[in-house]
Amino acid sequence: MTKIVVVTSGKGGVGKTTTSAALATGLAQRGHKTTVIDFDVGLRNLDLIMGCERRVVYDLVNVINGDANLKQGLIKDKRVEDLFILPASQTRDKDALTLEGVEKVLEGLKDMGMEYIICDSPAGIEKGALTAAYFADEAVVVTNPEVSSVRDSDRILGILSSKTRRAELGEGDIPASLLLTRYSPERVERGEMLSVEDVTDILAIDLLGVIPESQAVLNASNSGAPVILDGDSDAGKAYQDAVARFLGEQRPHRFLTANKKGLFGRLFGAQ
Amino acid sequence: MTVAFEEKAVLEFKGRMLMMTVLLLKDLDPNTLHRQVSQRLDDAAQWLRDAPVVVDLAHPEDVDQVALMAAVDTLRGLGVNLVALARNEHLDSDTAAMLGLGSISLAGGRDVPRSAEPAPAAQTDQPAEAGHTLVIDQPVRSGQQIYSRGDLIVLAPVSTGAELLAEGHIHVYNTLRGRALAGVRGDQNARIFCQKLDAELVSIAGHYRVAEDLPDQHRKQAVHITLDGDAMRFADLK
Repeated sequence: MTKIVVVTSGKGGVGKTTTSAALATGLAQRGHKTTVIDFDVGLRNLDLIMGCERRVVYDLVNVINGDANLKQGLIKDKRVEDLFILPASQTRDKDALTLEGVEKVLEGLKDMGMEYIICDSPAGIEKGALTAAYFADEAVVVTNPEVSSVRDSDRILGILSSKTRRAELGEGDIPASLLLTRYSPERVERGEMLSVEDVTDILAIDLLGVIPESQAVLNASNSGAPVILDGDSDAGKAYQDAVARFLGEQRPHRFLTANKKGLFGRLFGAQ
Repeated sequence: MTVAFEEKAVLEFKGRMLMMTVLLLKDLDPNTLHRQVSQRLDDAAQWLRDAPVVVDLAHPEDVDQVALMAAVDTLRGLGVNLVALARNEHLDSDTAAMLGLGSISLAGGRDVPRSAEPAPAAQTDQPAEAGHTLVIDQPVRSGQQIYSRGDLIVLAPVSTGAELLAEGHIHVYNTLRGRALAGVRGDQNARIFCQKLDAELVSIAGHYRVAEDLPDQHRKQAVHITLDGDAMRFADLK
């Protein structure tokens, strides 16, 4: 049984691609055969985050158009067994995506025995985002703790409840869970950022995880290794927790409170 | 020497949101029109008798002005309250003036379904608020719009950027962050109830308050909103 998961947000720059890469890598690390697809045609990024940009030959649009078969388009990850990447085309635009073409690709991946297909949605609520979400069985909504991101996530949740195949078939909403990224407990305490409770109160969906604001995320992007592989970093640990919860494990949420300053910090801390 | 007289203002401009009914004519044949419109009027629609109606044409590019005049006469004869003609590149305000109508652009407006179902025969003479109550138990998200011909009850949060429209009362048993417009067909007795008021806008029968103008002591509180003449009244719901 293949589960198709869309990682979406409405707003850009909140961490969809970082999350898609981490989620796919985490699932594959746990032995689930997983493909992550970049739907951001024209603004390809996933290959960089996954560190496979120098091995891209064919892309999603090539596979849809029949220029290449699925096996040629898929890039096998070198670090994690059972992980595959299908990059976006950089030279085309989102009109190159057709629902029929995408369905064919997803069916092909199912036939290959994929357990999870992670669809990295582009920002916005236009065709690209709708195409990425259409076939999804489940959604992960990535949100930053600030009002514009929360509002855009709310908008995309409304769209998910009516514009997916399951909704159109009358099978109801697809389950959606919230991943709150770039969370800074210090800034929440200072009242500069929405708290977890504020966001879950507004969006009214389950909380999959809270990823702290972390230098490790930037380092990971620059080095082309998904941050979840950096098991020593707080962001890496938080993503591992999120993957565990995604698979049904119960784990307490971490990194929600600011580090208390020690004696020296309190005595000499800058005000 | 000049004396300045202070003249008392005899006019005042007011913003008012109104619901208009758009009647889209697909054919102008007066006989067919007469039969179908009177049928609709018989069916129920008290609202169709009083409501201001804008005439829109499905095929404005090849409209015959004589046929249009006949059609307008037919509608007037049936008591439809015509107020304007939808303006577009084929129909200008001169055409509308010739028909004794105002002209209005429908671009930018939004449609809300109107002819959902004819009211049951027994209710023909009931006022419009006798429609069905609509109950929503899912969150109403930004960009979504819910319309109820009667009362509207929402059991989940209503987000910023969402819009609730009801011909009757609106109840929100959760936080109201979006817009709530009760009595959109002019029912001044319509009320709004909500458990936590954080709305962008609340309106009853066209009278409205935006978020900025909501009374501070009622913000984020359980509240009950009524219309008293021209004034909106807010009361604790405790």
